[in-house]
Amino acid sequence: MRLSYPANVKIVKVPCTGRVDIIHILKAFENGADGVCLVGCLEGDCHFLTGNLRARKRVEYTKKLLDESGIGGERVTMYNMSAAEGQRFAEVAREMTEKIRALGPNPAKRQGSGNRGQGLVKS
Amino acid sequence: MIVANRKPFEEIIKMVEPYSKILLLGCNECVTVCAVGGTKEVAVLASEISLFRQKEGRPVEIKELTLERNCDPEYVENLKPFINDYDVVLSMACGCGIQFVGEHYRNKIVLPAVNTTFDGVTEEQGLWTERCQGCGNCVLDKTLGICPVTRCAKSLFNGPCGGSQDGKCEVDKDIPCGWQLIVDRYKEMNMLEKYLEIQPVKDWSTSRDGGPRKRIREDLKI
Repeated sequence: MRLSYPANVKIVKVPCTGRVDIIHILKAFENGADGVCLVGCLEGDCHFLTGNLRARKRVEYTKKLLDESGIGGERVTMYNMSAAEGQRFAEVAREMTEKIRALGPNPAKRQGSGNRGQGLVKS
Repeated sequence: MIVANRKPFEEIIKMVEPYSKILLLGCNECVTVCAVGGTKEVAVLASEISLFRQKEGRPVEIKELTLERNCDPEYVENLKPFINDYDVVLSMACGCGIQFVGEHYRNKIVLPAVNTTFDGVTEEQGLWTERCQGCGNCVLDKTLGICPVTRCAKSLFNGPCGGSQDGKCEVDKDIPCGWQLIVDRYKEMNMLEKYLEIQPVKDWSTSRDGGPRKRIREDLKI
């Protein structure tokens, strides 16, 4: 299809969105991500029956946590699409990038450093 | 198990505001099962605090650690080699664990990240409900396994009261009337005649009314 989507979108592959935990999303922000987008199968089409439904609930919960910590819940979103919808994926990637760009950089990123993953001291 | 709820983030972040090195403690027992203070929840809170403080321009160092139990000295003693490297301990264990760690390390402040709520069960995934108030004098034999102290809002021993409507408690229409549950259970077991037995006034001295309680087994002491 030779579709293109913004180069700043990094893809993390998981066997099912049901594998994605709250901490995975939070860690992405800790490591400097400006936004996180979960892309799961269409609702009702989960190979593991409810993986994508559970992921959606976790996304909702994570939004609350991100609001509390001042990062902003709107930086995390979930989309559902089938594996055959490459066109839609590219569209969503663009849509998400534009939305996050409008929100500005992740406020937890160290001011001026611009280094991904170096904004936090944690052991 | 002991069931707890996490405190609001706003309250937690205010408590740890003066500190820059935090030991965030979880517990592998009850609070892990009720998904409030196990390894996962410790990681989530650590991440939240880190993000918040980073945003404020005051980075914080957090050590995440989940003890097997916070209510037994042999596990609490494991903190000894490094607890003094941290300004404060923020604990996600139940109230017992929070106090016990504080008792062992008198020079450390141990802050609570959870509100310890009740002794209960996992009724279904994600739903925990209260079952026992630790009154110290169990009557479950008389009520066929349904606790009148806990399940009745008034802890009545000869219920129900006039507030029982359609099997629900007047406190909240979603709470089943404890005495309705007991009567239903008598019927289920063909033992309705037990309902006619009048229970005398309960001796509450074994409960909280007698102050903090203790249990001793001399044969186990070293």
